[in-house]
Order: sequence, then C-alpha cells, then structure tokens
Amino acid sequence: MSVAETQLYESLGRPIKGPEALTGDWSRFWHLTFNLARTEWKLRFFGSVLGYFWQLVRPLLLFSVLYVFFTVIGHVGQGADAKPGQPNHFYGMQMLASIVLFTFFAEATGGAVSSVLDREALVRKIQFPRMVIPLSIVLGALFNLGLNLIVVLVFALASGVRPMLSWLEIPLILALLAVFATGLAMLLASLYVSFRDVAPIWEVISQILFYCSPVIVPLTLVQQRLSSTLVKVYMLNPLATIFQQFRHAVINHAAPGASAILGYGGVLVVVAIVFGVFALGFVVFNRTAPSVAENL
Amino acid sequence: MPAVAARGVSKTFRLPEQQVHTLKERALHPRRRIRYQTFGALNDISFAVEHGEFFGIAGRNGSGKSTLLKCIAGIYKCDGDIWCRGRLSTLIELGVGFNMELAARDNVVLNGIMMGLSPKEARKRYDSVIEFAELEEFRELKLKNYSSGMQVRLAFSVAIQVDADILLIDEVLAVGDAAFQQKCFDVFHTMRAQGKTIVFVTHDMGTLQRFCHRALLLERGSLVHIGQPAEVADRYLELNFGGPQEPGGEAPDGGGGGDGGGEGGGDARVLEVWVEDDEGRRLPAIPQGRRITLRARVRFSVDVEDPEAAVHIHNEDLKAVLIASSWVQHPRSGRFGAGEDVVFSFTFQNVLAPGRYSPVIVLGAHDAALRVVDRFARGFTFLVTATSAMGGVVDLPTDVSIERAESPVAHEVEP
Repeated sequence: MSVAETQLYESLGRPIKGPEALTGDWSRFWHLTFNLARTEWKLRFFGSVLGYFWQLVRPLLLFSVLYVFFTVIGHVGQGADAKPGQPNHFYGMQMLASIVLFTFFAEATGGAVSSVLDREALVRKIQFPRMVIPLSIVLGALFNLGLNLIVVLVFALASGVRPMLSWLEIPLILALLAVFATGLAMLLASLYVSFRDVAPIWEVISQILFYCSPVIVPLTLVQQRLSSTLVKVYMLNPLATIFQQFRHAVINHAAPGASAILGYGGVLVVVAIVFGVFALGFVVFNRTAPSVAENL
Repeated sequence: MPAVAARGVSKTFRLPEQQVHTLKERALHPRRRIRYQTFGALNDISFAVEHGEFFGIAGRNGSGKSTLLKCIAGIYKCDGDIWCRGRLSTLIELGVGFNMELAARDNVVLNGIMMGLSPKEARKRYDSVIEFAELEEFRELKLKNYSSGMQVRLAFSVAIQVDADILLIDEVLAVGDAAFQQKCFDVFHTMRAQGKTIVFVTHDMGTLQRFCHRALLLERGSLVHIGQPAEVADRYLELNFGGPQEPGGEAPDGGGGGDGGGEGGGDARVLEVWVEDDEGRRLPAIPQGRRITLRARVRFSVDVEDPEAAVHIHNEDLKAVLIASSWVQHPRSGRFGAGEDVVFSFTFQNVLAPGRYSPVIVLGAHDAALRVVDRFARGFTFLVTATSAMGGVVDLPTDVSIERAESPVAHEVEP
C-alpha cells in the first residue's frame, strides 16, 4: 500500500465496528427500546378489543383458581396463623402479589427466548444495538407489571391492608426483579439463536421456579417442613427472596422478611446471584451479538 | 475525502456441516466436534467512495454484492476496515424490516428511529413519507394488508426521508411500477445534486450506467474491476456471457489509450453508446417528443474503408422499432486507420412509446463485414418517458379534430 493511501485511511478516523450489542448513541438506544416495547404493547392491547382486560384477567384467573383450591379445599392460610398480626394474614393478597410478580418474570424471560429470532427482519436489515431487543421485551413486561400492581394495591387497600412506610421498598424490590429478569432474558435470547430447544427447557424451569417460590405455599409452611438450612437454600432462589420480601414489606409485616430468614449476609448473597446472572447474560449476549445476523 | 472507504474487507461465513440446533444433541454428543465449511463471500475488497458520488456495486447473483453492502451497513461483522463518514440510511433486501401487524404510522416512526431520527423528528416526517409513497388512502391499514409493491414504496420513502448523508440501496428498483421507479430516479437526481452519497447494488447495467458515477464489479467475492460504469457494464456482460477472462484477472484499460484490440480479437469495438438532446446533454431518460441523437463511439483496430454503422433500437418486447444505417446517407464514409475513434450519430424525432429501449450497434465495411466485438448489445439501455402511454409501439404526432357532421337526416334520400 502506498504512503498516500495509508495517509488517506488514517485521516478517516476510526473504522466502523460492525454489529454489536451496544453501540454508540444512548438516546437512540433508549428511544428504540422504548418504542419497540411500546409498539409491542400496543399490538397486544389493541389487537383485540378486550386486550387490556385479558392482560389483567390472566393473573386474576390464575389467582382465583389457586385461591379457591388452596384455601377452601387445602385449608392453607386458614388456621390460627391467618389471624391479624400473624404471618399468613391476608394470605390471598400475598398470593396475588406473588402471582403478579411471577407473571412479569415469566413474560419477560419467556418472551425474550425467541425475541431475537422473531425480529429477524430487523436484525438482518438494519444496524442497531442488538441489546435493544431483549430489553424491549423486559420493558414491555414492566409496563404490564405497573398496571397489574395498581390493581393489586387497590385490592389490598380494599381488603384492609394499610399503607406502610415499607412500601418505599417497592421500587428497590422491583428493580432487583427486573435486573434478574433482564439477565435471564439476555442469556436466553442469545442461547436460543443456536439452540432451539431452549424454549421448552425454559418453560419447564420457569414452572419449577414458580413452585419453588412462596406463591401458593406460604413460607411458614416451608419452614415447618424443611430444616432451617434447607429453607435457606430455598431462599437462595432470587424469586423466593424477592416475593417473600414483597409480602413482608407491602402486604403483611408479620410475614417474615428476607433478612429475617437469610440474615443480611444471605440477602447480599442473593443480590450477588442476581447481578451474577445479569453479568453472565450480558457477557453471553455481547459475544453473540456481532454474528447474530448471519447465524439466524 | 471519501464518504465510504473499505480496506481489505473480507467476509467468511462458517457453515456447519451438520446443524446442531438443540442443547439435547450437544449434551448427547459433547465431544463431537462440529466441522465447519468456510465460505469466502468477500475477498480483500478495497475501495473508496467520494462525497456526493453515486457508486454502483455490480455483480452476478451470489457474487457478494449484498454481503458487501451489509458489511458497510454494519449488519455483518467482517475482517478489514470500513469507514462511513456521515449518517447511514439503508434499504436492504426490499424492506426495512416492517412489523406486519402494525399500521404504516408505527412502522414509519419505528424505522425512522432505527435510522437515527429522534421520535419527534420521525413523527414529523410521517406525512411526507406517506405522501411520497402515495399511500395516503391506506395509512390506517396494517402492513400485512399492503401489497409487496406498496411495502417497498413505503420502505423507500422512509429511507430517503431520514436525511442521511449516505444511502445504501439494495436492488430496490426491481419492484414498484414504472411511475414509481421514475419517481425514485428523480429522487436520485435530487440527491446527487445535494451532494449525498449513494451506494447502490444492482445487476441492471442500464440503471448502473444511467446513475452511477463509478462502479465496482464483484465476481465470487473478488473485486474484478472498479471504474466507469460503462467499463463495469462491459465486464459484467463478459462475465455473464462467457468472456475469455477469468474473474479477478487484469482489469481492462478504460478506453483511454492503447488500441484495445487485444481483447476479443475483433476488428472494431463499440466503446460507448449514449443518447443526447439537441444541446448535447446526455440523457438517461428522455421525454417523448424531443429530437434526440443516439451516438456510438467506435474504435477500429484495423484499417477500414468506408465503414458503416447501423443501429437497431429494440423495445422491451425485443422488436426492432427503429433501424437506421449510416450507409443510406453516407455510403462513402472514408478511410479510417487502426486505433482511430469514430462517432456515428443518429438523430431522430423521439416518437417512441414510453418504455425501455436497447440499441444494438452493427458495424460493417465497404467490402467485407468486420469482425465486431459488440459489447453494447445489451449493456446500454435508455428510457423514454411520457405523461401517458396509449399502448402503441410509437406515438406518431397525430392531430385530432372533432367536427359535427351534417345531420344524416338532412341527407336522407326520399324513397
């Protein structure tokens, strides 16, 4: 190559980098994520007239069925520990809150699995930060969570739950849940590009997580049946800690909080797990992103 | 200062010999190595596109044109360096990636943001996008109910309305009706005038020669030639119709010297064909009704006496609608030496019906037919435009009058 040519190329500055998970301009990144989430959301709500209604009915229906079965037939949350001031007071509300949180988690992670592949048309035709895709899925699920939580709070107030100072913890708890879901969303979305059986596998794991978290079975029952070490192991599932803390801080103070079971160190471990999953998802997605357009 | 530059760009795809698409297979055969076949789609490509240039990328199917465009657009990661100075707008594989379930508005806004507009700007552009695409009546329709032509129109409108400095276009002009194509060409002209850079993938040599300032030709991922569109079109036809040279061979000299007789071994060669108006301006698209001149520059590689040239202008149905020969008016054209260039001109009133025409130049000499390397058999085409098409092969000037005839009743012969 001639000197003139070398000089020419040097004068051009930095070459483009090609596709990446995160590129350049943050405001574009945000606008893109937001608008993708918004349009998806709009599609779901306006696609059918009763869109929003169904969105709300799904968790409520699940709740009603579980509630009837477990209280009327199974007598869970009916005994002496369901009296005011006892851990299982407002058992129904606690369950509803957990269901709504889990619905968010399932929607965000389950939706993210095939997200990159579903947007093949975009990925193959336009350069944009690939991370936008899983993030927009999580964001869309967050919109729903916001709406559903309003309903939960209205129900809670109507059934006698009094506002508490600890409601200030809500954003923190939700943020932790969102970080966990985002990490998994990034991980699953990139794995799915090469391994298509990630979808059914994740469905099963997601179900397992549902039953291994205090949704239906209150923690007091778990504590009765398992040794305290096993309870701690159970609580290492970030969903368990998050749901339980939500119950404690928002619905019923008498329900044991995460720190009461795990201790502060244990809570830190859970937080570390959440951020560890996030970091793993981030790294994997970053590595997959540059070649995703050609591997679809 | 170039707007787009590439240095040593290569792209290799790894194609696994067996697709391992599930974790299960991976888990069952953890040690099985996946063998890959590598496929070199691009091989050490370097070029630079200047600001305000209209640059064509030509090549046959599978030659790597689209891959190169995708590398420039930042969709594929490649080896080597690419520089893009300015904001890009891309129109790749007919469509910007629309969501079929959404109405035009959401898609336009979303795509505007993808290409770097702020949501506010994107919403502001919406009306002009729809207007350009001529889709005002269909703005509430979901994209899935659009015809493919409508989708392409919308995609094209978005791509040109985002105020990008560099526009990357892949084979869009194949779709869309003639009117819209014409509109696109007008836009290209405007953009050229505004100093925007356009990189344009095509295998239509007519379009290439009409619009591009320069072009490059790819064959099996290698750069064959870079230079004037006419030369590229030449080489392209050679590749397509079994030229003697191997791809990647030495590029031919661009007509600026040398005798050129070494190639193909013909006695004469048509270097260039173009159409111009009375002011001498070269026209890619000619409005019907004007007087136009078709010129062919020919180079002889042997001494010839009284050469003649004939032009056959074929329409899209491959019917010759006009055949003219220099022999009728100039039987004694004179003596020309080897290496000499001659321009044959044919001036006529353009009454051709709107459409695309391909002229074929046939050369002969006083006593014998010349061996001719006629490379303009299908390389050069021109377009005739008109406000209306009546459907005839030509539109001869016709005066029409309507008069009231005397009433037949008055003429009735009494029985």
